[in-house]
Amino acid sequence: MFRYILNKLVLIVPTLVGITICAFGFVRLLPGDPILALAGEHGVSAERYEVLKVQFGFDRPIWEQYFRYVWNVLHGDFGISIATHRPVIGEFLTLFPATIELSLFAMLFAVVVGIPVGIFAAVKRGTWPDQMLMGTALVGYSMPIFWWGLLLIILFSGMLHWTPVSGRIDVQFFFKPVTGLMLIDSLLSGQKGAFQSAFSHLVLPTIVLGTIPLAVLARQTRSAMLEVMGEDYVRTARAKGLKARRVVGLHALRNALIPVVTTIGLQVGVLLAGAILTETIFAWPGIGKWMVDSIFKRDYVVVQSGLLLIALIVMAVNLLVDLLYAVINPRIRAQ
Amino acid sequence: MNLMKTLLTAAALAAMLGGSAYAKTLVYCSEASPANFDPGTTTGGNDFDASSRTIYSRLVEFKHGGTEVEPGLAESWDISADGLTYTFHLRAGVKFQSTDYFKPTRDLNADDVIFSFMRQQDDKSPWFTYLPNLSYDYYVGMDMPKYTKSWEKVDDLTVKLTLTEPNAPMLANLGMDFASIMSKEYADQLAASGNLADLASKPIGTGPFQFLDYQLDSTIRYAAFPDFYRGKEKIDSLIFSITPDATTRMQKVIAGECDVMPYPNPADVPALKANADLVVLQQAGLNIGYMSYNTTQAPFDKAEVRHALNMAIDRDALIKALFQEAGAEPAQNLIPPTMWSWNSAVNFDAYDPEAAKKILADNGVTSIELWASDRVRPYNPNFARAAELIQADWSKVGVTATITTEEWTKYREDGKKKDRPGAFQIGWTGDNGDPDNFFATLFSCSAIGVSNYSSWCNESFENDIQKAKTTSDMAERTKLYEDAQVVFAAEAPAFLLAHSQVYAVTSKKVVGYQMDPLGIHRFDGVDKTE
Repeated sequence: MFRYILNKLVLIVPTLVGITICAFGFVRLLPGDPILALAGEHGVSAERYEVLKVQFGFDRPIWEQYFRYVWNVLHGDFGISIATHRPVIGEFLTLFPATIELSLFAMLFAVVVGIPVGIFAAVKRGTWPDQMLMGTALVGYSMPIFWWGLLLIILFSGMLHWTPVSGRIDVQFFFKPVTGLMLIDSLLSGQKGAFQSAFSHLVLPTIVLGTIPLAVLARQTRSAMLEVMGEDYVRTARAKGLKARRVVGLHALRNALIPVVTTIGLQVGVLLAGAILTETIFAWPGIGKWMVDSIFKRDYVVVQSGLLLIALIVMAVNLLVDLLYAVINPRIRAQ
Repeated sequence: MNLMKTLLTAAALAAMLGGSAYAKTLVYCSEASPANFDPGTTTGGNDFDASSRTIYSRLVEFKHGGTEVEPGLAESWDISADGLTYTFHLRAGVKFQSTDYFKPTRDLNADDVIFSFMRQQDDKSPWFTYLPNLSYDYYVGMDMPKYTKSWEKVDDLTVKLTLTEPNAPMLANLGMDFASIMSKEYADQLAASGNLADLASKPIGTGPFQFLDYQLDSTIRYAAFPDFYRGKEKIDSLIFSITPDATTRMQKVIAGECDVMPYPNPADVPALKANADLVVLQQAGLNIGYMSYNTTQAPFDKAEVRHALNMAIDRDALIKALFQEAGAEPAQNLIPPTMWSWNSAVNFDAYDPEAAKKILADNGVTSIELWASDRVRPYNPNFARAAELIQADWSKVGVTATITTEEWTKYREDGKKKDRPGAFQIGWTGDNGDPDNFFATLFSCSAIGVSNYSSWCNESFENDIQKAKTTSDMAERTKLYEDAQVVFAAEAPAFLLAHSQVYAVTSKKVVGYQMDPLGIHRFDGVDKTE
């Protein structure tokens, strides 16, 4: 087990190096220039441009800029945003709880709905409910998030008035964030109706962000279930005369969950990618929206450090899933 | 302890809102997060809406809904005969906002004015670099360092600005966002405590609203400033709900989650107009979309060719295709008709493909490079579509246009090069309502390589605009700019497209909200009925 964890940890180092190179390189490959983006409609004179270039350190050789960036990151300095002049890490930590809250709910939604749907489809394999559910899952998987989000807003907020359009809580509620998680903060605030408002704001973005992971989980659960249901031990369980519910729920599902857990881990990356669009549509103040804004402003510092921080989180979650995998699958531990 | 402190602050802030739900609150769905709250350090319209137009005031102000300058913190001013000295007489008893982070002990005086400008001018001042990688871009962009010789305190309520050379648009410059007046007392307090950066995050001004709280990328809260020198606002609190997507903003205003929204999608305007609960406001923007011919490069070095290219474009069809339901006003001159000195006698080249074809054939013009970018601008919502339509029009007169498309920042960088080939689509949104801000910025000889994309330097035009810059006699300035427009029309350094319509949507409950030709969103004087 210790060796297993060590192996996983060692693998993180080259991955991190790769990510710093990608994050640093890609943002510089983007056409455009942060100084010109900052200058707005006016533009800057050639002399002023040179002054600003030196001020921002963009005059130095690219490798020097890279090593300086890595050196600073290793010392916990993720840089200062070019556009807002604020430390990147501060902005990240302020905005990240909003993304966590949304992603957690989206994942919860995907798991709570996706896994039962997958089990049901596997049990009913080949029947019309199976085909209908898997067809719907395929549609869900292919759904463009932007379009899906706007569609739900127009229907549920604009026409039916069931949910609020965007944001995290109604503007009439006003309290300083304590945890950054709006559901908890709204409860702590003690303001009447705040929790309900925060919850109702979560509904649509959760559905939009959770749709793709839900579809993936439903399909993955179904195929994993089908695989284990053909195994000898399941046949034996049935032959013993166990009830169908016990065979499926205990003998089949526990083994089918192993690949599903891995899939959940992999979906964290998908969630953070989806958060970029979901947060933009729903004016959700998280790191996805922050990254989009920074890309438009060519804020190199925010984009490269933001990417690195997001990558770190995805890696941490994947490591956790790998460990969980070892916990639920004794064969891994034995290796 | 921290938790306790946070909860107490929250309670205090909530109390300041005055019973929250019962107070008169106006919600504005803004389009982007402000970079910070120091208008000297930012350049975006959304930055100014959140800082200079809410929290701060200036020596002079633009009339609500217009571009004329009116008294602000200065109740009057004298300009010396040589145009070099401006003496401002400050209003007495103007209060700075009092918050939990600053309690002013004195009223506005000349020191505040001098501080507000010199911090942007004096590179020895700690305020010149008080934020990491700071640059005062608007101050530099409006040539303030070049024109400012000195700011002097005559007495507490009199301050004198001396210029290095006469510059008539200076008064309009002083109404701009970067010229917002800050509290020197507050700045000194921050400097003493070593918290200089708070100037940009915990603002103190003399404007109609005082800052309460900013939740990053989400919500900005203001309360009406009770001691505002023009009287307390009718709304008690103002909230900016940051909503970047135009469709989401529209749904919010329909659902009543916000009272005012800027920049609806043009395609949504008819639906919004049809909604009985909403009011759609529209105005010709203080902008111009145009296409610069590089007059130093053949075949654009001949005015005849430039006119012929203009005549070959079916401009009305182009405007209709580009602006669709939103509409736009075909430009006759570089400046929009809402601006003083607009010359009604000047007409832009009429569509005449037959005549154009002959001139172009005579001059042997067969191919042209045509530039487009990916960015949506108020004065041109789709450069690429415009390029395709112009390409089609020109092909009808025997000219093959090759379209070059680049990303916005690189596009402008390449476009301003003196030896850039071809016709370059671009535009401008005015800063201060002064014609100089269009003519000199876009077509003066000194703007070549910066923002004169036509590399056009015409002696007669240059004489007019430079002379207009140095005289403060309005009648004479008007005459000079009118003449400059005649020269411009005769020389045709550019194809003039249109002045776009700018839209804002408000709930029917909102009273007194006015569109602003400068493109800013102001909430002073606005009320809301229940």
